[in-house]
Amino acid sequence: MIEIKDLHKSYKMGSNSLHVLKGINFSVKEGELVSIMGSSGSGKSTLLNILGMLDEADSGSYVLDGVPIKNLNEKVAAQYRNKFLGFIFQSFNLISYKSALDNVALPLYYQGIRRNERMDVAMSYLEKVGLADWAKHLPAELSGGQKQRVAIARALASNPKVLLADEPTGALDTKTSYEVMDLIQKINEEGRTILVVTHEPDIAQMTKRIVNLKDGVIISDTKVNQVRALENV
Amino acid sequence: MFDLERWEEIFDTIRKNKLRTFLTGLSVASGIFILVILLGIGEGMRNGISSEFQNDAANVIYVWTGVTSKEYKGLNPGRRILLKNRDFDHTASMREDDLEYKSSVYRIWGGLVNYKKESGSYRIEGVYPDYQFLENSDMTAGRFLNIQDHSGMEKVVVIGNKVKNDLFKNGEDPIGNYIQLKNINFKVVGVYSDPGGEREESRVYLPLSTAQRVFNGGDTINFLSFALQPEENFEAALAASTQFSTELEGFLKKQHTIAPDDDRAININNSLENAKRFYDLMDMIKFFFWFVGICTIIAGVVGVSNIMLIIVKERTREIGIRKALGAEPLSIVWMVLHESIFVTTIAGFLGLIGGLALLEFVGPLIETQYISNPAVNFNVALSTVFILIFAGALAGFIPAWRAAKIKPIIALRDE
Repeated sequence: MIEIKDLHKSYKMGSNSLHVLKGINFSVKEGELVSIMGSSGSGKSTLLNILGMLDEADSGSYVLDGVPIKNLNEKVAAQYRNKFLGFIFQSFNLISYKSALDNVALPLYYQGIRRNERMDVAMSYLEKVGLADWAKHLPAELSGGQKQRVAIARALASNPKVLLADEPTGALDTKTSYEVMDLIQKINEEGRTILVVTHEPDIAQMTKRIVNLKDGVIISDTKVNQVRALENV
Repeated sequence: MFDLERWEEIFDTIRKNKLRTFLTGLSVASGIFILVILLGIGEGMRNGISSEFQNDAANVIYVWTGVTSKEYKGLNPGRRILLKNRDFDHTASMREDDLEYKSSVYRIWGGLVNYKKESGSYRIEGVYPDYQFLENSDMTAGRFLNIQDHSGMEKVVVIGNKVKNDLFKNGEDPIGNYIQLKNINFKVVGVYSDPGGEREESRVYLPLSTAQRVFNGGDTINFLSFALQPEENFEAALAASTQFSTELEGFLKKQHTIAPDDDRAININNSLENAKRFYDLMDMIKFFFWFVGICTIIAGVVGVSNIMLIIVKERTREIGIRKALGAEPLSIVWMVLHESIFVTTIAGFLGLIGGLALLEFVGPLIETQYISNPAVNFNVALSTVFILIFAGALAGFIPAWRAAKIKPIIALRDE
């Protein structure tokens, strides 16, 4: 599903150049649930941003579902993001003036789907994350866990190939974190490929494979015995 | 533009951000409001000045004489030029086809007028029958002088309304009564009114021939007054009257041996040329009002643009989210542009309607001499609407462009 070869990325900070990714080689098969771990500054978020086409690598190749992701203009990048990827953010990134339902329906709007159909699809995903009763509520009226579930529903709405989660539990307490991870595990079991960036070892243990990043290189890449999130709740 | 889905997005955004939308709209609405009011007043001034010119026949040429200021053909400067009957007769017969009305005027100085015990001093003028039309006088009683009065040298007079009111205090009917001009009896045959008001109604007219004979005028006349045949448009009328007055001036100068470049001896007042000066002035004022109005709109547009920039800044994160979810740059441009055009158009229309309503209801109440019936015509209203939509697009464009350039990653990091 994802093929990355010799990926480099550096940021210019004034006169200094900060080499963040120093040759990443990495591949993810369909249906995997992978966590990318590392301390802050290890380059994990940068990697995720490049995977999410929110940022571009300086060199190296990136192939997503057989499509080379290179020199995209903004329009094509937007289309690919919409078609291939679903994002889950640490700070949820819901649009504050739109109801939960409208938030979930937004990716479908950018696919050009008619309103009625959009609302039906969005509602079915809200049901899936157990928030059908909260469809008309604004994000401010939801708890952190509920917001993240709305965000997950939104990420799923466009039926993407890959879900990219950037510290999805970073802003949540332990109990809610595990509930969210439970949801992510369930979605993975339906066959969806998911990448989770985290710095919490217990969250990483709930995935099927842990990739450890340090100073811009992968230092370990191991399969783990998945811990069921629900057992810890 | 007619994408229903996008409209829904716009309405959604506007509904949820009422204050912001209101403030944006207010600056545009007030700009258009001021523009409409300015244009209305401009039109009102035009109407007012036009009506000032309706007092006398529009294309009247008026000639009077003065003293020569230049030596010419051995004649000293300082000669007083006196017009003669033959000056008038020649012009009148030569240009008969071009002239609608013509009259010469002999003026009697020190015009004391009596009726019984009442008396007053008025302008007394010997004139031709056409003079009624040259002065735009309306008869309120009796008749004006006619050609029989003139050829028969009848001792008849036509008096103005004010003269009648002054002399005939008991509500007597002046028609058929005799008044004395310098102690000579004249029979009143008519009373006139004049749109020019009291000043023009305090005159006494008698036949030119009578005036010259009775008051020792000989064949001297004081003024010439002509009205040219109406032309199809203002430009043609102006050209005709300018040509006529030039020729007339040349003729009179030759007749009285005046230097061609002596501009004191013969004075010609061409009312159309005066009118043209006023119309030019009006065009200037109109241009000025448009200029001020457009500047006001530009100020409004800059205001909208400013607000939209703040909005874009405020929505940076939202735009980042939208882009992450697959919004193409163009769709972001349209989102911002669409909102801006929509808000300016609606607000602009409200300002337009407000301005028109004010002109409609308050306009007729304005009764100043130089402003009458201020109004904005349909074409002007239409052009302001186009300016509006254009302005909305302009106001939105830079912020929209900024918005489209936002990188999702930076926007999402923006806390």
